[in-house]
Amino acid sequence: AGDGSGPVPGDATGPSAPQRVLFPPTFSVSEIKNKQRRHFMFLRWKQQQRKEKLALKKKRKKEREALGDKAPPKAVPKTIENQRVYDETTVDPNDEEVAFDEATDEFAPYFNRQTVPKILITTSDRPHGRTVRFCEQLATVIPNSHVYYRRGLALKRIIPQCIARDFTDLIVINEDRKIPNGLVLSHLPDGPTAHFRMSSVRLRKEIKCKGKEPTEHVPEVILNNFTTRLGHSIGRMLAALFPHDPQFIGRQVATFHNQRDYIFFRFHRYIFKSEKKVGIQELGPRFTLKLRSLQKGTFDSKFGEYEWIHKRREMDTSRRKFHL
Amino acid sequence: CPQVVWSMLGNRQFCSYKMTTKTQNFCRNEYNLTGLCNRSSCPLANSQYATVREEKGRCYLYMKTIERAAFPRRLWERVLLSKNYEKALEEIDENLIYWPRFIRHKCKQRFTKITQYLIRIRKLTLKRQRKLVPLRRKIERRENRREEKALIAAQLDNAIEKELLERLKQDTYGDIYNFPIHAFDKALQQQDAESESESEAEREEDDDDEDVNKREFVEAEDSELSDFEDMDKLETSSEEEQEEEEEVEQKAKISKSKGKTPLKGPARRKRPHIEIEYEEETEPSTKTKAA
Repeated sequence: AGDGSGPVPGDATGPSAPQRVLFPPTFSVSEIKNKQRRHFMFLRWKQQQRKEKLALKKKRKKEREALGDKAPPKAVPKTIENQRVYDETTVDPNDEEVAFDEATDEFAPYFNRQTVPKILITTSDRPHGRTVRFCEQLATVIPNSHVYYRRGLALKRIIPQCIARDFTDLIVINEDRKIPNGLVLSHLPDGPTAHFRMSSVRLRKEIKCKGKEPTEHVPEVILNNFTTRLGHSIGRMLAALFPHDPQFIGRQVATFHNQRDYIFFRFHRYIFKSEKKVGIQELGPRFTLKLRSLQKGTFDSKFGEYEWIHKRREMDTSRRKFHL
Repeated sequence: CPQVVWSMLGNRQFCSYKMTTKTQNFCRNEYNLTGLCNRSSCPLANSQYATVREEKGRCYLYMKTIERAAFPRRLWERVLLSKNYEKALEEIDENLIYWPRFIRHKCKQRFTKITQYLIRIRKLTLKRQRKLVPLRRKIERRENRREEKALIAAQLDNAIEKELLERLKQDTYGDIYNFPIHAFDKALQQQDAESESESEAEREEDDDDEDVNKREFVEAEDSELSDFEDMDKLETSSEEEQEEEEEVEQKAKISKSKGKTPLKGPARRKRPHIEIEYEEETEPSTKTKAA
């Protein structure tokens, strides 16, 4: 009785053979008031859809095989990276302007090998155990770095002292609720200051299958995927933390990989098993950074000139748009 | 009259300013001198009363007398106290001359406490203050999710390996690793078949630089860890041997092609060693044997 409730009246073979279900054209599953029957009809409809989809796939596959060589190439699936909105500030490797900028910016002395990086790592006030341990591990990873406790000193007073003692970079790890959650990286002799949000910090003991401690050798640096102008400058900033000449004997590599505006830091030891195969073993801490702001000049939150701030309303509107 | 008021409010009936806790009663009236709910501290139950209150960093003395009890608007008389601590105390004394001792004393105490906390406020504002930025739950969750997805999309291990192999190809490592190219090696293969056996012993000792023959062993093994441990130990010693090794390896170049099949010649000679090394348990023993 009724339209399309229970076994469909148009179906001659009964409910056991849902293949030959014929729904009247104006029928919609959601019109059935009875929940059980509605559910049943919905399942049947779903099965039908799946069958049709499978049939379509098979047909397409057959056609493809039939064509053989002449078949059109397989469609490349769309990924976010594929669909990324083209950023006009993407750096072209042959760009002269960029090259000129880089030759004259604050990192030029580093890249010309005039200065050797010396890094001061510190935290916010009253760090907890996790942050302290993380700082120590970070200090082992970055050569020529020193950890100092903050003890309530103002950053603006620390900075002139650091400059006087020849430090090139200052890292401040901000802590909240006993875990590190922010990183301020400041290039010292008047260099830019980058403020990152730090997440998923893993200490060495939390990483599975880790190797021994990182040795004192200078690691190599890998910077992946820093395409835009902003990304380029951040990449240079991160590269300037490490001394120029890596010691290949140490076989250690520090990686900063940018993916969708998240910078993943990993520290590995590699070993070349053959010319086509390399094994890597993770040691050292890992964390991810997300850039929040980039400011010209050393740390000065009030009067500094900001080159880039992450503005949520303007910049997070598109899922395919990334800035680094 | 105040006795009546007190008998109503304080003891028996309801007073909206009264807050009771397990041990004490508090009075929430803003003109209360001590903050407790007492017969002597209740501003409602005392017709002659005085308090000290501060507004925007300045302290005032408030006084209430019976004469003005009928005029609620003019009930509380306000006197500004001087910024100087001692002078202010004198002013309190002046104004509350002939007042009950209790009120005078408590006023001065309250004034002291207020000045102390004002000093503290001024000191703290000079220091750096923590800026509390509220977390937005939706945004946090969104960022975490995006981070996870970015991590999966990044395929970090592959990316790093690719980059390292690229660097190897572009010869950034120089002569440290000797992975010779196909054609060159096949030519040399026959020549150096003999010199291999001589330099076998030497090659087995050096773990730092990939010994071509050894690579076959290493590929068969599953764990890199044991490899790495030994590499670390022998790193320093291998530095001296590097120069020797390079020469040796240049002589004995075997093509590192995809499979092991073309290398059957030299591989056969190594077979006894291979067999031992395939068993991982006995692996340390072979290393010690080699060294």
